[in-house]
Amino acid sequence: MKKQITEKNTCKKSSQLKMIVKRFGKNRLSIIGMVIILILVAAIALAPLYCSYDKVIQQSLSQRFLSPSAEHFFGTDQYGRDLFARIVYGGRISLFCGLVTIGIAFVAGMVLGCAAGFFGGMTDTIIMRFCDVLMAIPGLLLAMAIVSALGQGIGNMLIALSISQIPREARTARSCVMTLRNQEYIEAAKTCGTSRFRIIWRHIVPNILGPMIIDVMMGLGSTILRIASLGFLGIGIASPTPEWGTIISENQINIRYYPYLGIIPGLFIMITVLSFNFIGDGLRDALDPKMKN
Amino acid sequence: MGKFLEVKDLHVQYKTDESVVYALNGLTLDVEKGETVGLVGETGAGKTTLALSILKLLPEDVGKITKGSIYYNGTDVIAAGKNEMRRLRGEEISMIFQDPMTSLNPVLTVGEQIREVLVLHFPDMTKQEREKRVDEILTLVGIPPERKSQYPHQFSGGMKQRVVIAIALVAQPKLLLADEPTTALDVTIQAQILQLMKDLKQKLNTSMIFITHDLGVVMEFCDSVAVVYGGEVIERGTIEEIYVREKNHPYTEGLFNCIPDLGVDTHRLHPIEGEVLDPTLKPAGCKFADRCRYCRDNCKKSNPDMYHIGGTHFIKCYRYTDGEVQTNE
Amino acid sequence: MNDILLETVNLKKHFPTNAGVVHAVDDVTLQIRRGETLGVVGESGCGKSTLGRTIIRLYEPTEGDVKFEGKSIPGLKGKEFKKLQPNMQMIFQDPYSSLNPRMSVSNIIAEPIKVCNPSMNKAQRMEKVERTMELCGIPPRLFNVYPHEMDGGRRQRVGLARALALDPKFIVCDEPVSALDVSIQAQILNLLMDLQERQQLSYMFITHDLCVVRHISHNIMVMYMGQVVEYASREELFAHQIHPYTRALLSAIPTTDLNRRNQEKLLLKGEVANPINPAPGCRFAPRCPYASEKCREPQRLTEAAPGHFVACHACVT
Repeated sequence: MKKQITEKNTCKKSSQLKMIVKRFGKNRLSIIGMVIILILVAAIALAPLYCSYDKVIQQSLSQRFLSPSAEHFFGTDQYGRDLFARIVYGGRISLFCGLVTIGIAFVAGMVLGCAAGFFGGMTDTIIMRFCDVLMAIPGLLLAMAIVSALGQGIGNMLIALSISQIPREARTARSCVMTLRNQEYIEAAKTCGTSRFRIIWRHIVPNILGPMIIDVMMGLGSTILRIASLGFLGIGIASPTPEWGTIISENQINIRYYPYLGIIPGLFIMITVLSFNFIGDGLRDALDPKMKN
Repeated sequence: MGKFLEVKDLHVQYKTDESVVYALNGLTLDVEKGETVGLVGETGAGKTTLALSILKLLPEDVGKITKGSIYYNGTDVIAAGKNEMRRLRGEEISMIFQDPMTSLNPVLTVGEQIREVLVLHFPDMTKQEREKRVDEILTLVGIPPERKSQYPHQFSGGMKQRVVIAIALVAQPKLLLADEPTTALDVTIQAQILQLMKDLKQKLNTSMIFITHDLGVVMEFCDSVAVVYGGEVIERGTIEEIYVREKNHPYTEGLFNCIPDLGVDTHRLHPIEGEVLDPTLKPAGCKFADRCRYCRDNCKKSNPDMYHIGGTHFIKCYRYTDGEVQTNE
Repeated sequence: MNDILLETVNLKKHFPTNAGVVHAVDDVTLQIRRGETLGVVGESGCGKSTLGRTIIRLYEPTEGDVKFEGKSIPGLKGKEFKKLQPNMQMIFQDPYSSLNPRMSVSNIIAEPIKVCNPSMNKAQRMEKVERTMELCGIPPRLFNVYPHEMDGGRRQRVGLARALALDPKFIVCDEPVSALDVSIQAQILNLLMDLQERQQLSYMFITHDLCVVRHISHNIMVMYMGQVVEYASREELFAHQIHPYTRALLSAIPTTDLNRRNQEKLLLKGEVANPINPAPGCRFAPRCPYASEKCREPQRLTEAAPGHFVACHACVT
């Protein structure tokens, strides 16, 4: 009988997942976004297999400003470096930094939002006013200020970007918690003496994961854009380390004569950001229980 | 001349991603002029779907009338165009919804919401006439006309339902569809609203379909009853014919037995076993067969017809094939 | 033997709001014996749910005392209260919001055991869950099903099983059947009564439905705007209701009895007001057909017949 139960269990769980996948699949744009991101991730992750890192930094003055060709897919820049290799390895940094930033913001935002929403009162006021202050400053400006204060470097940039992203996640988490707080199953948990931490962990967190994931997907796109912006402004990832924004920045003086140097990395940023937004849209339809018929 | 409202063999389906829900499966119902029909049934029986079908307000893309006909006063509702329907809604047929809290617009005053109906349906009316009508209808439902400049949140639940009734009646419709109008209210308020609707019904001679799950309310308020189960009318008759409880559909009988009686002490209730029919299934036989204690072989094989019991009393059950109760033996 | 399981003494719960202090529960004294059901009846906003929640200490009482097996609850500190808490459980009105949508049936029922009895190992716990499910008539195939896959009656059974998993002695039932269809309602009522007989449970059954209350209760308490207006045994109350509010309430219930059709009704005017800073007199007076000058004075619960208490000066002479 026990065995029967476990069988039933797996079949039920997968059916729930199936429903989400099915609903996600109905949104064509989000499927396209998903495919693009998967190809991109695969290309970036497998980069060492088909393109050595040497090509990224190897300069060759005789091969400056070559147009895209079979040898150099995306051509070469002013130092004769292969743009394809730079974009592939630059993508590693862009995506990795985006993920780390959003990961930090997700965890911190969740903790702060849950605390604010569940405990209410003074805790709520302090946390949310603090978030309001952070949100009043434009995200990019805040990140710039923090980077200037802490000094340039990947680590500092990650911290800066996370801090500007945390208030958004905290707000989302808090508003979700507020709607859950008065649900009867929370009261039921209280009647058997469940500790507050356990209530948050067992009853609240699983129920706000859906909207949080949607928010994170949307945030991922804009974070990648911000990393690129910082790179372009010269306070993000420093050259010669490739990063999509940095690449555009390096080439900006030559864009007028060799437009592909700006267009190609720009397209990569745009497509990636758009894809993440499409996925976010699709996830919203798939995970939001209100969309259920 | 035909019937006032004639619903014949109506089939409605809701298509969702996961499945098809068979909401109505051959529902037939006639309403005479001035008659109040109580439509009784449990959640998911298709009561609200019927009301929405009559008004052609089924959710687009999802809900579809797949078969059957609806005639209102000789007009084919299913074939009617958009403009025709807009005229029918409000002017000829109107609806009262269950929840008075959500059926009023919170940013418009009560008076504006009533006026809106008049502007839509009687564009020729002068401003003074319109104001007069608003005052009249508010007085009729027991709200002082001075309150017309207030917003819905300034009214209590029972008062809101009065406003909803005023909006539904201001264009003097000939048919009123009331979808559980008192379910969200307290009993003492429910009694007030029912009394009000009774008075109004007599004054205006409106026909009414009163949707409810409460057999008690039906008896106090309606002239006749239609019991709905699984998207079909399974019993139809006057209040007396059904509430005398001599011959009933097994489901109606079960419903009666479920209600704790105020007059008699019972040790235990007699619930209907099992669950309400899963509307995504479409059994070949009687929809109630699985829960029925009189179920026989042919009940599961084919769906019984409506058998005439006497007077205007009809029951859709093989037990009454010849107007006689057939026992299991 | 003292078989009073739970009693409250002049229990009050007030909520301060911007508009004033809401007297949600005012001066409620009641007793519930082992294995018996107290029905609490009243319209929405009469404080019946607040009373239930205050008794099991979901809200801290403003004044007064709650005693469980003679022990005063409001004074208990963390650990002592935790020991007592499993004895008092609650089941809720809304079968949709009372179950965590992300937990399976077995997890929902096991959760209270994990919290209150952490020393129990998994096998024991699962066995207990299975037994409780059987007790509540939940078929074992629903073991790993999620709440949204069940109908209202099943969910309500799961809610009940969650409460029973801790072997409580007292359960507050907050309108457990009012969101259910009549045929399902009867199943749940029967289940509650069977469990009471088998396990000597005591219920406080909160509802607005007098028919249901009559069916399930031993004693009945009628509340109006936070106060008790009438308190008697079931037989006594239905044989002679005294308070005008109780009488109006009873007469407002639609019956299915043909003989009583079109019977004259005792219609009340107006609606229940909010108990914000109420005047000292009878709170029902503004709607009462028999109201007089004397109703402005505070009304005391007085014994009109043995065991039958009424708070109305006109009814007790």
